[in-house]
Amino acid sequence: MSITIQIPAALRPQADGQASLQLEGGTVREALGELKSRYPELGGRLFKSDNEVNRFINFYLNDEDIRFLDSLETKLKSGDELAIVPAIAGG
Amino acid sequence: MKPLLSLQCKECDHEYPIEPRTVCDECFGPVEVIYDYGQLQDRFTRQLIESRPRNLWRYRELLPVDGEPRSGLQSGWTPLIPARRLAAELGVRELYLKDDSANYPTFSYKDRVVAVAVTKAIEFGFETVGCASTGNLAHSVAAHAAAAGLEAFVMVPHDLEEGKIVGTRVFGPRLVKIRGNYDDVNRLCAQIADKYPWALVNVNLRPFYTEGAKTHGFEIAEQLGWRLPRHTVVPVAGGTILPKIAKSYQELIRLGLVEDNKPVMHAAQAAGCNPIVKALEDEEDLFHPQKPKTVARSIAIGNPADGYYVMKAVRESGGWGASAEDAEILDAVGLLARTEGIFTEPAGGTTLAAAIKLIQSGRIPRDEPICVCITGNGLKTIEVMQETFTQAPVIEARIEAFTDLVESAREAQPARQPVTH
Ligand SMILES: Cc1ncc(COP(=O)(O)O)c(C=O)c1O
Ligand SMILES: [Zn+2]
Repeated sequence: MSITIQIPAALRPQADGQASLQLEGGTVREALGELKSRYPELGGRLFKSDNEVNRFINFYLNDEDIRFLDSLETKLKSGDELAIVPAIAGG
Repeated sequence: MKPLLSLQCKECDHEYPIEPRTVCDECFGPVEVIYDYGQLQDRFTRQLIESRPRNLWRYRELLPVDGEPRSGLQSGWTPLIPARRLAAELGVRELYLKDDSANYPTFSYKDRVVAVAVTKAIEFGFETVGCASTGNLAHSVAAHAAAAGLEAFVMVPHDLEEGKIVGTRVFGPRLVKIRGNYDDVNRLCAQIADKYPWALVNVNLRPFYTEGAKTHGFEIAEQLGWRLPRHTVVPVAGGTILPKIAKSYQELIRLGLVEDNKPVMHAAQAAGCNPIVKALEDEEDLFHPQKPKTVARSIAIGNPADGYYVMKAVRESGGWGASAEDAEILDAVGLLARTEGIFTEPAGGTTLAAAIKLIQSGRIPRDEPICVCITGNGLKTIEVMQETFTQAPVIEARIEAFTDLVESAREAQPARQPVTH
């Protein structure tokens, strides 16, 4: 599946400055794994361990937080958009 | 000389200069301002503070600004009420209400954080300020921006209470309603902050904004005669204010301004949006985000960015959490109004309802001093109370009609008891 990943400004220096990029993956885990293999430094920031994502980063698949879907195992289809967004304060 | 040193990540300790910054680049954790407490030790005294005007800037050494305050010169120093009638009703010995429903200029705790954020925005040279908001923050940002002559861009969920929308629009900001709940608004704002050169107070000014919430706690301590309540019950939305009140207490202890009584922090949430209270009750390390469904719109944040720090502050202090159903929230709004003459919004009702549960369950002992933080004003959300009343009587302008009404009412309802001191 070819999907688009949106990169927040804070991570763009580790992704050759790109705000978004295309890659392949059948699940969110696979897509992020692919991102990590292309940009290891960026990938390192997304995960706390192999199984646990950084709790200060939210992942949205087509505007829905993946924790309301199947988290990392959420299936992807062609054209999906996965956004990486830092958690920010509220009010 | 300002003892403002730098920004430091709360997770990985990475340091950054004082600059607009949303999160740590290394780990995405929140960054916090570091103060030089050693230098403040003998300089920041009770006498110095007491000699200053009664607003939140009297604690300026512990606020992250370099120069003179530029906004909120009348904000803060809200009443601390010894709530005798409510204490009697709840069967507790010593109960205080810190009443930010009377905050200036927009009647919620948010005037504290915005006073600091807008001052900082001016220091950094921004011309536009903005925020993602559940209502009160938008209201406050719009007012402070108008008074400071800045442009404002405020983003809110599309279905917010009318009082908050009108109350905000009157100040002339660009108000944008976003389809979705607050968490959707927040996500969009994180992306807006990447794109536009604006000071979004809860995004790129977050390290400064959040510090303003400490003044709620400083005032509680000073107004209690430089003493801390043993228990403080605080509402939790995004998770800014609870950890910052805890921090304010620890700073006062560290600087020798109050005695360390091991202050305990308790979290209050609506049952329809209680990810943090649930994680506390289930003794889990991670909280699970929720889709909010509650009458307490201003605290309906299902994915609180600072939720982990709320859990930490509550756990480290030996506190607990409680959540309240909508009916309990509205009952508590009514109880506070009838016993103490304070009209709070559902966020305040949530906090009082949670405090009542914590007292009833014994988490808060009845003989220890308690402070309940009332953070918002009921006049902004009148529609939620409307359905809790029967229709008011309408009579002809004749004394007989009035007498009939009073006599029949007296039979139905005994007179209210005054408190005896
Ligand atoms: C009235 C009121 N009380 C409390 C809060 C709690 O906020 P937080 O936990 O984000 O500091 C808010 C936030 O919007 C609010 O509007
Ligand atoms: Zn960090």
